[in-house]
Amino acid sequence: MVGDRGWRKAGLVALFLLPALVPLVAFRIVPMLGSLWVSLQEWNLLRAPTFVGLDNYTGVLTDPIFHKGLLNTLYYLAGYLPLVLIFALVVALLLNSRLKGMALFRGAYFLPVVTSWVVVALLWKWILSPQGGLVNYLLGLIGIDGPGWWTDPGWAMPSIIIASVWKDLGFNMLILLAGLQAIPEHLYEAARIDGAGAWRRIRSITIPLLTPSILFVTVLTMIGSFQVFDQVYVMTEGGPAGATTVVMEQVVKHAFRYGRMGTASAMSWVLFAIILVFTVAQLRFQRRWVHYAN
Amino acid sequence: MRTEARWAVYLRTAIIAIGAIVFVFPFLWMISTSLTSAGELFKLPPKLIPDPIDLSGYQRLFGNPALPLARWVANSLLVAIAVAFLQVVTSAMAAYAFTRLNFPGRNVIFVTFLATLMVPFQVMVVPLFIEMRFLGLQETYGALIIPDMASPFAVFLLRQAFLQLPRELEESAFVDGAGHIRVFLRFVLPLSKPTLATVAVFSFMGSWNNFLWPLVVVHNPSMMTLPLGLSTMSDQHVTDWNLLLAGATVSVLPIIAVFLFAQRYILQGIAMSGLKG
Repeated sequence: MVGDRGWRKAGLVALFLLPALVPLVAFRIVPMLGSLWVSLQEWNLLRAPTFVGLDNYTGVLTDPIFHKGLLNTLYYLAGYLPLVLIFALVVALLLNSRLKGMALFRGAYFLPVVTSWVVVALLWKWILSPQGGLVNYLLGLIGIDGPGWWTDPGWAMPSIIIASVWKDLGFNMLILLAGLQAIPEHLYEAARIDGAGAWRRIRSITIPLLTPSILFVTVLTMIGSFQVFDQVYVMTEGGPAGATTVVMEQVVKHAFRYGRMGTASAMSWVLFAIILVFTVAQLRFQRRWVHYAN
Repeated sequence: MRTEARWAVYLRTAIIAIGAIVFVFPFLWMISTSLTSAGELFKLPPKLIPDPIDLSGYQRLFGNPALPLARWVANSLLVAIAVAFLQVVTSAMAAYAFTRLNFPGRNVIFVTFLATLMVPFQVMVVPLFIEMRFLGLQETYGALIIPDMASPFAVFLLRQAFLQLPRELEESAFVDGAGHIRVFLRFVLPLSKPTLATVAVFSFMGSWNNFLWPLVVVHNPSMMTLPLGLSTMSDQHVTDWNLLLAGATVSVLPIIAVFLFAQRYILQGIAMSGLKG
């Protein structure tokens, strides 16, 4: 039985919850489920959709250009992920100190994080430009003839990786720094009394206790790497000669340039499935290396 | 706190400072290039302080009717402020429901909120575009704002904050006959200002820097946001570096101002999300 009080309470819950719940269902859950449906259609938005079963998936999975995009995405991941994590960890360790001025330095490393990818991509395109670029000028000073960077198929992906590491280092560093600052000081004191040197303390206390934070940034960074798009779109548009074509760039091209909504949706689901497999694998594998304090 | 040996302090500071230069110098280079005339740009050696200082990049940027830069700045501001405001309001209300109201299915709904965080935007982008077309919102501010008006991440952060508030004040308010709406407005919100600020700053920056969604849903130059406008500009003026970097400088200044002003909230928000994860 729902009394007068019951209806009032239901109204109250609706009042507080619906402003967030309705858009979330309408603009996240519905599109997500809708995407599965679209991936089974041939649809250019001009004519009515036709059901084609799994054709889009078989088409995508046998498309050599998609394979190239997938390989390039993995190339990006393999270059970017270890670099950004190692540099972020080193900077976090160095910044984890109560010395004066550390807050200022922390802000400096964080500046690229708050900057739009379009700006960062344009800036690095200029810095790495083969004509008038700062990096090749500096390399020239020490007698190295710099490569063509983003204009050279062999150097285009490394250019994107360099810009990405520069942009995202601060974000990862900050999460690791928060993890470092949560490690209780008394553990270090105890180790010192036992005669452990600085390197030993880092290896036996800092790194093991930091592993949950390292896992968190690794998973987050990996998921982000699979979806790499902005920097590729602005720096190279997938070129030169397809050298930096990545999955998301192909999704956008298929949907909004060629009008193949079904193909684009199927591609995004294949990518999502791959992300899921990698994430689950990482969460399973974590038991071997992540240390949880009780 | 232990004291480090003096040489260790110097070494640590020196490495950190050199690293910091790598992160700040490109911004200085960007400003320098934007103030260098096209003719001087390719002369060697490159100069950090342009001689002479040349404003033609900015003049061409603001003087060209085909580059409605002021409009792009206004669009970006409008969209980012609207998104930040809406996310704070909707998330705070939902977080209140999740922490102060009892109703069947509360946990299931909250977990569903969180689960939507797992699904990358790329899976939704095509149907979301179709939805906007269906609603007739293409090329409107509505398309840029409405899909972004609720954020599961913001709900999560605010729920954590509301759970940690002391309950005594609220309970005595209820005894005095106050209702939930009054308690929400008079006690819970004012006590959570730092987290509300964190959410607002995050939402603002996320929206200000958003690229993929505006790229998909807006093609009319007068409706573009700043990153999208800049990117189309770079397609048309491929190696016109002082023009492009003048645009980049203009678009980066507001966000750096927000960052310097709100640094505490940003860093705190990221630290919170990391620790909870």
